[in-house]
Amino acid sequence: MSGRGATVLYDVPGPRARLRNNVLTLVFGVVLLLVAYFVWTKFDEKGQWDGKLWEPFLRGDTWTELILPGLLNTLVAAALAAVLALLFGAVFGIARLSDHRWVRIPAGVVVEAFRAVPVLMLIFFAQYGGSLAGLVVTEFAAVVFGLTVYNGSVLAEIVRAGILAVPRGQAEAGSAIGLRKNQVMRLILLPQAVTAMMPAIVSQLVVLLKDTALGFVVAYADLLNAGARVVPANYANLIPSVIVIATVYIMINLALGYLANWLERRSRRSRKVAADPAAAEAAAGGEVALMR
Amino acid sequence: MEAVVDELPVILGAFWLTVKLTVVSGVISLVWGIVLAAMRVSPLPVLRGAGAVYVNVLRNTPLTLIIVFCGLGLGTVMSVQFSRDDLSLNSFWLSIIGLSAYTSAFVCEVVRSGINTVPLGQAEAARAIGLTFLQTLRLVILPQAVRTVIAPLGSLLNALVKNTTVAAAIGVMEAALRMKNLFDAHGDAIIPIFLGFAAGFVVLTLPLNLLSGRLARRLAVIR
Repeated sequence: MSGRGATVLYDVPGPRARLRNNVLTLVFGVVLLLVAYFVWTKFDEKGQWDGKLWEPFLRGDTWTELILPGLLNTLVAAALAAVLALLFGAVFGIARLSDHRWVRIPAGVVVEAFRAVPVLMLIFFAQYGGSLAGLVVTEFAAVVFGLTVYNGSVLAEIVRAGILAVPRGQAEAGSAIGLRKNQVMRLILLPQAVTAMMPAIVSQLVVLLKDTALGFVVAYADLLNAGARVVPANYANLIPSVIVIATVYIMINLALGYLANWLERRSRRSRKVAADPAAAEAAAGGEVALMR
Repeated sequence: MEAVVDELPVILGAFWLTVKLTVVSGVISLVWGIVLAAMRVSPLPVLRGAGAVYVNVLRNTPLTLIIVFCGLGLGTVMSVQFSRDDLSLNSFWLSIIGLSAYTSAFVCEVVRSGINTVPLGQAEAARAIGLTFLQTLRLVILPQAVRTVIAPLGSLLNALVKNTTVAAAIGVMEAALRMKNLFDAHGDAIIPIFLGFAAGFVVLTLPLNLLSGRLARRLAVIR
């Protein structure tokens, strides 16, 4: 049902259906407008559309002093966690496919365990567990730890599924020309697997970026912290501020989403990749594709 | 280990709250998500547009932001109240609004992808016997669509179990925040407490995975 959209669910409307559709469009349009009006007046009663609550966002210093530093912190945490999570994912994804049982089983336990635990719990654990071990764990380190371990485990599953989706002949051909095991992995399997899994990997990185907002709970000075604590503390404008911050998040995530789509289209077009992205993604479990 | 045994009633209470959050917001998101999916495939451009805007906005906003908006924005600034004297009940319902609003966007996309798997002939046959759009959807398309997406819906539910911890951001005493409190109370037993809570989440999510896998196989539409 792609291409022409959902049109197979209903016929091309004739004169009567067109009339009915127009009436219904009018009715639902009015209903939606009423809902919007209701929300608008409720916020208006509390003075949320007051110009002086929104005015700070027209001034440069609100952005340069309060919001952009938060955005920078969010992006730094996301970037560092993304790099570490990719490393974690590559190492554990490959380790789970090891021929040695003493490597394969512990790696599997680690990946499955960290996938089952909520990120927020990992962040709390990093803070308290770190100080137990005598380390000074900053909010930044705790957030990066939580995001790395959780998303790294999910990426490990993606990498594993990607490698498994490369046709077996590829590895066999590699062995046949005398490559060692790590050469087969490094030169033959990984490049194809990563290309095939690129869209899923980018989607997971979007999840990671969104999850940096959890830093708010432990008072890491990220974008959400700027929008929900710092700016409202200065101008008492929580709702306008959260709406503005949400817009920033949405624009960043939509941009990354388009990147993921573009990569997917490109990898589908290219015939060089032997692994089938769709099959690999399905093998990695629904969550991979879904929670973005 | 002692700390975990001593605090067992408290820990179980926290997980009971997690379960309540999951079940209530899960049911709301399922219903609302199916309604949204129906809107997104309807013949009316107004509804399609409204559904698309809703899904794209909610899916691309961090859950923490949504919950904070519900808790502080709706709760404190707009004084939306569910109970005059019980503050914890208030934040419980506010976080349910946030969780449901967020999860339903994902449910909508999953159900919509399920609708795409229903063969064209099914919809055509339904129209040929004179069913209206809503009847086609309700009697023919959705029953088949939902059955094909049981497994993805299961992983969404699984993610929801973990996402309920975000309600800690507005002070709901579910598992994660309770764990932090116990860390404060028992500084010497951080690892056992963490393992206890981690085990709790495994206990909650593992049966869900098995069950959704079995359901998906049993209810699969044979084509």
